[in-house]
Amino acid sequence: MKVSLKWLGEYVDITLSALELGNKLTIAGLELSAVESVGQAWDNVVVGEVTDLTPHPHADRLTLATVDLGGGGFTVVCGAPNIRVGQRVPFARVGGRLIDGRTGQTVSLKPARIRGVVSEGMVCSEKELGISDDHESILVLPLDAPVGAPLGDYLGDTILDLDITPNRPDCLSVIGIAREVAALTGAPLRPPSVGYQESEQRIDSLVSVSVSAPDLCPRYCATLILGVKVGSSPGWLQQRLNSYGMRPVNSVVDVTNYVMLEYGQPLHAFDYHRLKGRQVVVRRAAPAETITTLDGTERRLDPDMLVIADEEEAIAVAGIMGSGASEVTEATEAVLLESANFNQVAIRRGCERLQLRSEASVRFEKGLSSDLPPEPLRRATQLLLEVAGGAAAGGVVDVYPGKREYESVVLPVREVARLSGLEVDVDEMLKVLRSLGFECREVDRGSRIAVSVPYWRSDIRCAPDLVEEIVRIIGYERIPVTRLSSALPRQQLRSSPASLRSSLRRSLRDALVGLGFQEILTYPLVSLERLQKLSPRMELETPPLKVANPMTREQEYLRTGLRAGVLATLAHNQKFESAGIRVFEIGKVFNPRQPATDEVKRPHNDERLPREDEMLCAALGGPRSGLSWHAGQEMLDFFDAKGVVENVLNGWGINVGFRVSDDETLFPGRGAEILVDDDRIGIVGEIHPKVAQAFDLSDTVFIMELDLERLLPRMSRTRRYRPIPRFPGVSRDIALVVDEQVSYHTMESIIRAFPLVTKVTLFDLYRGEQVPAGKKSFAIRIIYQSLSHTLTDDEVDNVEQQMLDILHQETGATLRR
Amino acid sequence: MLDQLKGLRTQALSELSEVDSLRGLELWRVRHLGKKSALIQILRSLATLPAEERRRAGAQANEVKTALESGLSEKERQLQEALLASPLKSRQLDVTLPGRPYPIGGLHPITQTINEICEIFGNMGFQTIEGPEVELEYYNFEALNIPPHHPAREMFATLWVETGGGEETTLLRTHTSPMQIRLMERERPPIRVIVPGRAYRYEATDATHESIFFQVEGLAVDTNITMADLKGTLLEFCRCLFGDERKVRFRCDYFPFVEPGAEMAIECLACAGAGCRLCGHSGWIEILGAGMVHPDVLARVGIDPDIYSGFAFGMGVERLPMLRYGVDDIRLFYNNDLRFLRQF
Repeated sequence: MKVSLKWLGEYVDITLSALELGNKLTIAGLELSAVESVGQAWDNVVVGEVTDLTPHPHADRLTLATVDLGGGGFTVVCGAPNIRVGQRVPFARVGGRLIDGRTGQTVSLKPARIRGVVSEGMVCSEKELGISDDHESILVLPLDAPVGAPLGDYLGDTILDLDITPNRPDCLSVIGIAREVAALTGAPLRPPSVGYQESEQRIDSLVSVSVSAPDLCPRYCATLILGVKVGSSPGWLQQRLNSYGMRPVNSVVDVTNYVMLEYGQPLHAFDYHRLKGRQVVVRRAAPAETITTLDGTERRLDPDMLVIADEEEAIAVAGIMGSGASEVTEATEAVLLESANFNQVAIRRGCERLQLRSEASVRFEKGLSSDLPPEPLRRATQLLLEVAGGAAAGGVVDVYPGKREYESVVLPVREVARLSGLEVDVDEMLKVLRSLGFECREVDRGSRIAVSVPYWRSDIRCAPDLVEEIVRIIGYERIPVTRLSSALPRQQLRSSPASLRSSLRRSLRDALVGLGFQEILTYPLVSLERLQKLSPRMELETPPLKVANPMTREQEYLRTGLRAGVLATLAHNQKFESAGIRVFEIGKVFNPRQPATDEVKRPHNDERLPREDEMLCAALGGPRSGLSWHAGQEMLDFFDAKGVVENVLNGWGINVGFRVSDDETLFPGRGAEILVDDDRIGIVGEIHPKVAQAFDLSDTVFIMELDLERLLPRMSRTRRYRPIPRFPGVSRDIALVVDEQVSYHTMESIIRAFPLVTKVTLFDLYRGEQVPAGKKSFAIRIIYQSLSHTLTDDEVDNVEQQMLDILHQETGATLRR
Repeated sequence: MLDQLKGLRTQALSELSEVDSLRGLELWRVRHLGKKSALIQILRSLATLPAEERRRAGAQANEVKTALESGLSEKERQLQEALLASPLKSRQLDVTLPGRPYPIGGLHPITQTINEICEIFGNMGFQTIEGPEVELEYYNFEALNIPPHHPAREMFATLWVETGGGEETTLLRTHTSPMQIRLMERERPPIRVIVPGRAYRYEATDATHESIFFQVEGLAVDTNITMADLKGTLLEFCRCLFGDERKVRFRCDYFPFVEPGAEMAIECLACAGAGCRLCGHSGWIEILGAGMVHPDVLARVGIDPDIYSGFAFGMGVERLPMLRYGVDDIRLFYNNDLRFLRQF
């Protein structure tokens, strides 16, 4: 809401500077978002009167104007077509600061000789004053402009732009803001005095008003002014609308807009003679009824919308926009002024359906009081009589089916300190509340205040609302600063699922960062195309959740995995990175929940929500280390990725197994499922070339993915101490030749099953001349150890022999000599 | 004999000064302190001397022995040092050569910021909890005093989620505040939690606004909790994060689920309060909304608002690192360009 300080000053004295006032309003809840100054730069520009015009002796299009400033005339050369004798105009003396009409630069006016005649100044256009872009004609000031006064004093103003929160529709008005200023500064509020002469002829005999949808129109008021002459409004009125950024239209429309800005109550003017049947019907629109609104668009209505109609047809969409059929024009002779209250929800819904918003609807949507309409209506009638003449019919139409009683709110005095922590004495509470227009009465021997809420404050419903009023006017800066002194709640158990989850997440993050991975965060909303790069049948097999009203196609679906985001990030960064890239993300993925058949009926059933599972996805590719003098540039491979899996899970004492994966993102035969107790908790492997191509990956890329939901049940903080062995271990190396298809996992499992074996390490894998074709050789170091004694060679030989026998039986392994 | 001892001493010490190797030193030791050396022979022969002479010669001989021994150990130390020094010289490195490269990882700046926020509030007794991002309309709006068509819905432009025929409408939560309700439905005061998490808005993205962003919600409910506690808690948070000097503004603001409502802003770091583009020429940057939990909200979850009171706050996370590090475009956080992320 923009508000002119000059206008504001009509209702309340302002002694503070614009910024000081803005700051007070900001602290009190009306945030100052900008301050505009009009005319601050006008130097040496004054109000002048054109007293004489003669043709320029050497130029047809120019005139010589004599401009009087109250103490003598100046002769200037003027080219504007609209200059007339008797006008009050802005006159720039030599040295005046103006905006050059052609270049737009600020310049200082120099004495000039134009076609042989000396010009002693300049009559200014709006553009030269920086008011608008109009450079064709001079700005003509109202006839009451004081000749000789600096223009800045007369026309200059400061406009505060305040952000009004949705609970304060009363502050979408100059009087509303003036009331705040009065309460904040202690200055009295001076509302306009409203009154006008009414004619003998009663309005009831001239128009009938009926409301057939009282639920959507709690109140409808109207006055009728006969014999008006519609023209352009006087300068002061136009200037006010301009200061708000509204274009003047004609005197009637300008008055309705002026009063709307003044009181916050939208008004509408109808051409009375174009009302068929001399009647106004406030009703729901008929199904498929149409209306052509003032902007020339034909709009289709529905019965949830309210219209103002005459005997035949709708003449306005109530509270939103009027139609051309009843519009006030220069030819209008009688005006029916409407000031009504409409249901805020209906207006809001109507605006959404029609995709139409107006200054009026913005106010109705916020919820105005049904007690507001009469006063602004009378004010508008008064102004209309002043600027357009005519006579007001006697009385006011007031159909008020939705009259309601305002309940008073009781404020226990101690509630102020209980909620705000600020001790305020009762007298100060009363003073603040009264300054805002609340009527207060002390009850229960002064322990409570009975407050009747003024009609414009429909946001005040309970005691805390009043506490806010008191504290915000006193000032939030006076609230003391204390620390919470209440008891600490019971803390979460370390073994609770939530605590385990955050520990797991933190340890995974720390481990990966330690291994050189950069964490990334990608959007949970993705395009279907991106999901399909991983799995072309995505939509058919497991439809991802869809946003009903996406902003863009890029953010239309909820991700079902992290892979796409991680791979896209890798691809993006490959363009800039010469060293290998290691990135990871921990985040939520979303999958529709299969509703349980015996669904519990609760009011707000979470069964309807999707599953939100947490996943970890890491990807790596490129050279293992950056270019360096230490070694050549080896490329990252599958075993780097697998090593990461083993590393991050080892810290939690989780033993993982691996088995070939058929995941379609992975290169066939180069990907593994990560197993814990035969349960699949993730995958690791090389990206399938097709997927790599779809994501435009330039290096071979490997990913690893862990499902935290499957991992969590296996997490435990329980540890059992094992004594450190006191007796030395025996280390034996064996080389075993097996067929290609025998996996290392098979060999190691057999070896580990033997007693005394405490550590098994593969230290070489050989294929080549030394072993037959189709075979390979594993070199394995085995540590044997006992907790009870030092092992003898015989003992170890014995175990080793049994081991070799079993390995031979089960895998065909032979000892390589 | 005394002259002989004096001669031995001079002779031995002068030879010692010539010694230049440990091997030479060992030969010297055998020659002058060995079993067959003149000095030891003299010491052995002392017993044969008369008592008076024995005492004087003994003292003299022992004094010579001590002198030779200390000369020996001093020489040995010198030789050992010299021995170590020479190969060290030949094995010197160019220590300015680059080290073996280890890949450097890092946490996302938003994760770092959330961790910091949780730590600061954790120290004030706030436990961290989390909640769903796809939320029921009830928790996101109605339970927070925002029924359908409430004017405040304008503050929360919503992305809705298709669920296929459910009675209740689901949405991507527009703030982390629904967790206030979820938590209070199952816990009784004293309550002191913070809730980090993502929120979503149907809003165009620009340099200072993201449609998908992180928030941290805070909630404390008990008897005797006041706005002064809220102010104190938030001031302490800002002090921890931004330092003692940074000015903070606490003003009235409106959110339907708190009353009285408040907003906290800190002095713009870019212009130190003078006004610039970043702060919209106001000198202040809003970092969080807050207030006392509305009595209707408390009553709805069965907490008596006449006995209990509480405060709640919600802050946007991205704005904090933007202010601290001078990041001028919020979208940088989610472009995931490593050249950006590695700076934190």
